[in-house]
Amino acid sequence: MGYTYYYSLSLPSFVVIVVALYLLFTNSGEVFNVGRFLEETSPFVWGGLGVGLCIGLSVLGAAWGIFLTGPSILGGGVRAPRISTKNLISIIFCEVVAIYGVIMGIVYSAKLQSVPEAQLYTRNNFYTGYALFFGGLTVGLCNLFCGLCVGIAGSSAALADAADPGLFVKVLVIEVFGSVLGLFGLIVGLLMIGNANEFAAGTPTTSPLAQALTSSYVH
Amino acid sequence: MEGLFFNVNNGFLEGIVRGYKAGILTQSHYASLTQCETLEDLKTQLSATDYGNFLANEASLTTTIISDRATQLLVDQFNFLRSNAVEPLSKFLDYITYSYMIDNVVLLITGTLHERDTHELLERCHPLGVFESMPALCVATNVEELYQSVLVETPLAPYFRNCLSAADLDDLNIEIIRSTIYKAYLEDFYEFVGTLGSPTSDVMRTILAFEADRRTINITINSFGTELTKEQRAKLFPAIGRLFPDGNNALAKADDIEQVRLVCENIPEYRSFFDNSPGDAQDLGDLGIAAQLEDRFFRTEVRLNKEAFLQQFQYGVFYSYVKLKEQEIRNLTWIAECIAQDARDRINDYIPIF
Repeated sequence: MGYTYYYSLSLPSFVVIVVALYLLFTNSGEVFNVGRFLEETSPFVWGGLGVGLCIGLSVLGAAWGIFLTGPSILGGGVRAPRISTKNLISIIFCEVVAIYGVIMGIVYSAKLQSVPEAQLYTRNNFYTGYALFFGGLTVGLCNLFCGLCVGIAGSSAALADAADPGLFVKVLVIEVFGSVLGLFGLIVGLLMIGNANEFAAGTPTTSPLAQALTSSYVH
Repeated sequence: MEGLFFNVNNGFLEGIVRGYKAGILTQSHYASLTQCETLEDLKTQLSATDYGNFLANEASLTTTIISDRATQLLVDQFNFLRSNAVEPLSKFLDYITYSYMIDNVVLLITGTLHERDTHELLERCHPLGVFESMPALCVATNVEELYQSVLVETPLAPYFRNCLSAADLDDLNIEIIRSTIYKAYLEDFYEFVGTLGSPTSDVMRTILAFEADRRTINITINSFGTELTKEQRAKLFPAIGRLFPDGNNALAKADDIEQVRLVCENIPEYRSFFDNSPGDAQDLGDLGIAAQLEDRFFRTEVRLNKEAFLQQFQYGVFYSYVKLKEQEIRNLTWIAECIAQDARDRINDYIPIF
């Protein structure tokens, strides 16, 4: 009943604690090595995740906004059919959010070039990978919340317009401010990869010995 | 966070119900209605509103026919909403119908007790409170069978089961039965609305608390001078509202209207119910105060229901629309009656809504 909430919190934390204590007590605590994780993860992972998050979260925000606004326009339009054309502008504002995500996705994926693995782990490539990941996350989250904001404001705008036509322009101003949030995300996302070069072959920064390390589980 | 998911299931219906609300008659409509000379004029004036040609096929016009057709319009609108609703809105709309169901079941019980033909009572039942197995209730010949079939067939079974037994149905006064069941219904609705979360619970609890207090005060005033004992009276007060628990206890012991007024003085919103308007020089007397109180209750109810429309993404608008439309039908009936009986001096005593 009410216990599902506690089960869903406690089971993962229990698993995490058991794994952590196992590592600690079997003298392999050093296996949990964040630095090594960052050095060994391919920059392609970061870059790909960044592009995926960018377009994925943007589309989530846009879709959420549209499904929030759509039913209100339909419901309000039954008695006041005049609102149905004007209020499509709220849907357009939501759609624009997804377009920002597509633009950034295209700009980011232009940095993804094929590089053989032996020459992949260079300083510049690490920088590009991280920049793509966090830039994509930034743009995605900004667009998600922008879509939500425009969606709820658009729903209220449709119902207000159905009740009193003079209110539409006033609530539209609120929506315009909301839609600017997505633009902010776009600008910051562009700035973040401003200095990132595309993936290029080069001499790796970590030593060949480090590359050849096997897992500490193998004795 | 209610705005994030409400529109998925309920956005269309909220838009529809706000459209219905836009069609509620305004002061300007009432101004032209009160100037009608005959019921035919009334019908013509109403055809320009959302009512349309609802009286188009009537051969003769009486107040009852106007009231019935207007109620039928509300029922059609409500059934449209109910058929398009999913959980939990469908359960909420069902709760709205339970109050009418209680009236219908009490009507059938009265009919059975007085050995009337319950089939003709079926036509006098409120259409919002009909359920599929209502004709089955009419088959019962004595009160024991009726009680059993009520328990099996109706959604009101929990209210009957916990409060009354079959023997009670025979012994107790019918109004006490109605008040007991209605108390159980109000408390159940209050609790259900709490599970729906904010803002539905905020809006609905305010409205239901006022409803409970109104019933408490009405039961108290109506029981002065009857043989209802104070313990019996106290058992009819709902356990919700601003008057619960101290006000309820005080009202259970009250003997006259002055004591009721003293209890209501403690609650700022209810203090003004008992104020005499500046124009009245003399004391209104008990009956006058009760009539004025009823009027003030209606006005407060309309105000609370109007305020429910100020919030979006909650279910209160559905409940409030039904109540406001009912008030409008009462207003129309009042105006029609005044016109029909040519008693135009009190024609403006309706409760304005918008």
